Amino acid sequence: MPVSDFEVVMGLEVHAQLLTRTKIFCGCSTEFGAEPNHHVCPVCLAMPGVLPRLNARVVEFAVRTGLALGCDIRRKSVFARKNYFYPDLPKGYQISQYELPICLGGGVSIEVEGVEKFVRLTRIHMEEDAGKNVHDALGGSAVDLNRAGVPLLEIVSEPDLRSVDEAVAYLKALRAILMTLGVNDGNLEEGSFRCDANVSVRRKGETALGQRCEIKNMNSFRFLKQAVEYEARRQVELIEAGGKVEQETRLFDPQKGETRAMRSKEDAHDYRYFPEPDLPPLILDEELVARVRASLPELPRARAARYRDQLRLPAYDAGLLVADRDVATFFDAALAAYGEGPEAAKKVANWMNGEVAKLANETGLAPPRWKLRPEHLAGILKLQDAGALGGPGAKQVLEVVFREGGDPAEVVKARGLAQVSDEGAIEAAVDAVLAASPAEVERYRGGNLKLMGFFVGQVMKQMRGKGNPGLVNALLKKKLGG
Amino acid sequence: MSAAELLRRSISEVGAELADRNVSAVELCDAALERVAASDGAIGAFLAVTPERAREEARSSDARRARGDARGPLDGVPVALKDIFLTKGIPTTAGSRILEGFLPPYDATVVERLSAAGAVSLGKLNMDEFAMGSSNENSAYKPCHNPWDLARTPGGSSGGSAAAVAARQVFGTLGTDTGGSIREPAAFCGVVGVKPTYGRVSRYGVIAFASSLDQVGPFGKTVSDAALLLGAIAGHDPRDATSSTRPVDDYLSGLERGAAGLRIGVPKEWFQEGLDPGVEQAVRAALATYEKLGAKLVEVSFPHTRYAVGAYYLIAPAEASSNLARYDGVRYGLRAKASGLREMYAESRHQGFGPEPKRRIMLGTYALSAGYYDAYYLRAQKVRTLIRQDFDRAFQSCDLVAGPVTPTAAFRLGEKVDDPLQMYLADIFTIPCNLAALPGLSLPCGLHPSQRLPIGLQLVGRPFDEATLLRAARALEREQGPLPAPAGA
Amino acid sequence: MSLSLEEVRRVASLARLRLSPEEEELFAGQLSAILDHVKQLEELDVSAVEPMTHALAAGEATELRPDEPLPGLEPEAALANAPARDGTAFQVPRIIE
Repeated sequence: MPVSDFEVVMGLEVHAQLLTRTKIFCGCSTEFGAEPNHHVCPVCLAMPGVLPRLNARVVEFAVRTGLALGCDIRRKSVFARKNYFYPDLPKGYQISQYELPICLGGGVSIEVEGVEKFVRLTRIHMEEDAGKNVHDALGGSAVDLNRAGVPLLEIVSEPDLRSVDEAVAYLKALRAILMTLGVNDGNLEEGSFRCDANVSVRRKGETALGQRCEIKNMNSFRFLKQAVEYEARRQVELIEAGGKVEQETRLFDPQKGETRAMRSKEDAHDYRYFPEPDLPPLILDEELVARVRASLPELPRARAARYRDQLRLPAYDAGLLVADRDVATFFDAALAAYGEGPEAAKKVANWMNGEVAKLANETGLAPPRWKLRPEHLAGILKLQDAGALGGPGAKQVLEVVFREGGDPAEVVKARGLAQVSDEGAIEAAVDAVLAASPAEVERYRGGNLKLMGFFVGQVMKQMRGKGNPGLVNALLKKKLGG
Repeated sequence: MSAAELLRRSISEVGAELADRNVSAVELCDAALERVAASDGAIGAFLAVTPERAREEARSSDARRARGDARGPLDGVPVALKDIFLTKGIPTTAGSRILEGFLPPYDATVVERLSAAGAVSLGKLNMDEFAMGSSNENSAYKPCHNPWDLARTPGGSSGGSAAAVAARQVFGTLGTDTGGSIREPAAFCGVVGVKPTYGRVSRYGVIAFASSLDQVGPFGKTVSDAALLLGAIAGHDPRDATSSTRPVDDYLSGLERGAAGLRIGVPKEWFQEGLDPGVEQAVRAALATYEKLGAKLVEVSFPHTRYAVGAYYLIAPAEASSNLARYDGVRYGLRAKASGLREMYAESRHQGFGPEPKRRIMLGTYALSAGYYDAYYLRAQKVRTLIRQDFDRAFQSCDLVAGPVTPTAAFRLGEKVDDPLQMYLADIFTIPCNLAALPGLSLPCGLHPSQRLPIGLQLVGRPFDEATLLRAARALEREQGPLPAPAGA
Repeated sequence: MSLSLEEVRRVASLARLRLSPEEEELFAGQLSAILDHVKQLEELDVSAVEPMTHALAAGEATELRPDEPLPGLEPEAALANAPARDGTAFQVPRIIE
């Protein structure tokens, strides 16, 4: 197979929609899903005479992202016009940044099959999104400009990626960081986290880069994998057949699993960039940079390291917790309310990654919408520690609180889920079970000690799961041994 | 007082008549509308007259005044606007077929400000298509004629704005100046025109030609009229990121302080070959008057003057090619019948744009296109820096610069239409001021000795020092007396 | 400097501007004359000169807009000038990607 003589070289361009209330250059809402052209104004419709006004939050988010990714934050950056015609681009140019972007350098650490790798970033810049074209029934197309002007960060990596697995690891790591920073919602399907891939191939051992193609329209990790694999194979076959790869923009077709050249990008090499005269250079003051730096949250990798080193959590558990910033934050709060030290941490982590994760999956709810609060989880664990709740009871309480809310102690009381430690009540249950099972009692006393499990089960059943297991065991032993 | 007499008054004079209730805003408005109806067939200053709206605004003005609520010196004064300013619900075309029938959904900031000052707008004024031109012959709708000689151009691109004031149709107008489009027509029509410092007046709602050069300014019969209008429209606008936050000077208070003590720089490069002797004579006479008034003339040198036209005709078309991309037939404006998208674009733009916008779109697209950017656009921006430095150096030894506005007086309609380069080269004295982003003013300084046509004196000042320009202009105006109105006005 | 008809057509295509054959001829000549004039800029040594990319006086702080919604246009006002519409969307000939 000739493909094995080649390696694929990839750089990714991620377009992340910023979680601002309004568009980058006008005061229209960025809300997703409105009727066509219901979030527009003269500015984003590119009426004659309009001028852009830069959204302060966009700048703050760009700085936040740049600081988190270790970029050089440029104190002076310049917007530029990228000129091309397309119906979803109302001005006939996109306001972007070109020669002087807001962030240079930086990078993202990834781990693939236990090997760590640092993927370098080329740059990060701010730009506006285009609108949306929809095909109509009459053979025409229709343009909706609700999305035109929604702020984007374009995050461009160096061609450091050598496999689809690395690309996916990079995207997942970057996505988790952007979500942790609160600048992006990470939604691939709705297109708020998009990725284009610059793909080239070269024979193994070569150092020069091959001619690259830009692949667009991959809105899931699966499509990315399909698209890159298809494209790499296409390029290798082309080269093997004595042909040459042409630099072009190609669209991934998810139905066919193929990439094809985009006709609308015929003169894509000639965007006629020039500095945007309607926006003076952006000069960042140190105060803003310092303020944003001070407000940076702990990033997933740092958090996972803390869980491993200080809380002694296994790497696997730590990784599960930090994959979602809200889950990790919930964990931190629950642990703080519950106790300290590795033992407490392990216990909270087990519940988070076990029962809580199961309920979250079942309900499809993200942590901010859970009725369960961190102090509730801590409360349940404390009730359990105090012997007021048994294991099965604790799970029941958790489910009730998760689905319906309420104070765990109240739930225990209201539903009668408290563990029974009253010896009289337990003794009554034990006596009843032993009286009803004379044959088993006989066999136990004859040496079949395994039957203890049977008796415990029967007593628990009698007590609807609420009997204190320690006392049940002790009483059974006493009575059977006597 | 007859209607014609009223219309010959300055804004401050007619303002006094309004204040004294010797005339109402409605009467004044009707007089102006009648004057437009009687004269504009020959002049062609207006692309659209809006009499109903004008009378309604005049009635509101009278009502305010009756309540003791008058808004100041512009309240009830008839004005008109170059058709480059967006006016909500009133057709705005920029002189182009591609915007025929376009009804703006909002008002330009300067339109709001004039309206807030109580001015009564009579309609929209003729102009070169997208402000591209120096003769108003590039209007897609009709030519505009110079009230001093109907066979001649009023200048451009704000030809209608200058002609309307010269013909005493309205008291003041607004125009825009990208490479001389206020100062040249002001000079040709014998009125005062001010191009403020870039950033002094908001560009929001002004149809863009070249964004780093465009600036809005007023036309008036007198310096104080121009000062009054400028004061009403100047100042920061949060909707325009390039508008300055500097406070606006009071342009009227220092107007009468005279020219004594001013150091006036005279660039030797502005008096070289190509300058009409009659124009030179009038400009030199004005400079001599300044000396007489106690100003000091200082020779200054602008070595990069000869490169200004070249730099301008790269930068302005480059920006224009991008600014005009939005006229694509999708959301507004002309759309040609076409089966495919690409054809729809190309055909709509083919039919909608006239020759001059097409020429500049081509030039600008070429200058920005791959492989040419550094050689053309970037180099032009660097030359722009050199031209600004010429001025900075001059302002170390003078307070303002004076010279001709144009190499000749108004030329005949049709004289230069076939030779765009010759037309462009006529902008040689006005373009440096735009490239340097400085304030400039054109003031009538007499009639051409043989042609009996108005000649303009150009004053260029330090950034945001419009007050000194106006003060110096007023000193000359007071000394030389007003230019007579053209025959029939 | 003379611009070929080929180049004129390339530029017109980039600018999405159809030119008639007469216009192509005319612009080839006129643009060549203008570019000839512009050529004199090459006389200047600008290697050490910063380009003046923005006209606003240096030192004025960039003014940023707070991230707060502002009233926009009602869909009917947004579409009032549309040459063709499809519901509240702008209708255009079919787009081929």
